[in-house]
Amino acid sequence: MKAYLTRRYMFSASHRLHSDEMTTDENQAVYGKCNNPYGHGHNYNIEVTVSGPVDRQTGMVCNLVDLDGFVHREILERFDHQNLNLLSEFAAAVPTTENLCISIYEIVKRGFKAAHLEGVRIEETMMNSFEYSGE
Amino acid sequence: MVYLTRKAEFSASHYYHNPAFTAEENARLFGKCNNPNGHGHNYTLEVTVKGAVDPQSGFVVDLKQLKEIMSREVLDALDHRFLNKEVPEFLTQIPTTENLAIAIWRRLAPKMKSAQLHRVRVYETPDLFVDVFGEEDRGKA
Repeated sequence: MKAYLTRRYMFSASHRLHSDEMTTDENQAVYGKCNNPYGHGHNYNIEVTVSGPVDRQTGMVCNLVDLDGFVHREILERFDHQNLNLLSEFAAAVPTTENLCISIYEIVKRGFKAAHLEGVRIEETMMNSFEYSGE
Repeated sequence: MVYLTRKAEFSASHYYHNPAFTAEENARLFGKCNNPNGHGHNYTLEVTVKGAVDPQSGFVVDLKQLKEIMSREVLDALDHRFLNKEVPEFLTQIPTTENLAIAIWRRLAPKMKSAQLHRVRVYETPDLFVDVFGEEDRGKA
């Protein structure tokens, strides 16, 4: 039977929502306090869901040690305690949680081959969350 | 179609070991989960059923019946047990969260009456959970 395994991780980062293609007033109108010039931060909770048949020898969809190792190395070390606006992913894109979700999905999709990636879900705060599954 | 989810908790111990592997392979593959004396978790189970709302009762499913089925088929068998030694499925399979979710699906699915089983979710910890939807097609993944 196919199983879907979800693992949660957390990192903290700062960002400022601002688009160079809009005027100061337009940025204020669209992004509100998220446009404050010095930025602000969040504790981001990340859920990575992978799926597949359960291996008869191990009882696993994939070894959690491998998934944890990949996410720590490629995601947490890259994003934790960083200013997202300064990372290459966001040189030309506003670091909204929508775009962060897509970036993280693409990194896992490209680099983690031990199981099929179903999707990435990010909680920016307890009150809002975003999901991307490559569609 | 309406989806209804009922939660339950159980606590159990387990360890991961495949007798077909050497001691070194088991230790490498399963790490500290291979400790033969076992370790435990507080598992949270979420059972989601789906169906049309009965016009007479306003229910998708009689919650009392669902709770009884979950208690009888799952909690009575798993709660405060050493899964490897006391639960028949895990005499021959490793009691990973994946296999636990599948075993719970197979225990519950045939017992459902009015509503249809949609999803079984098992949390091993708040940071790790497995979903199964009863998809037997192994080629899709």
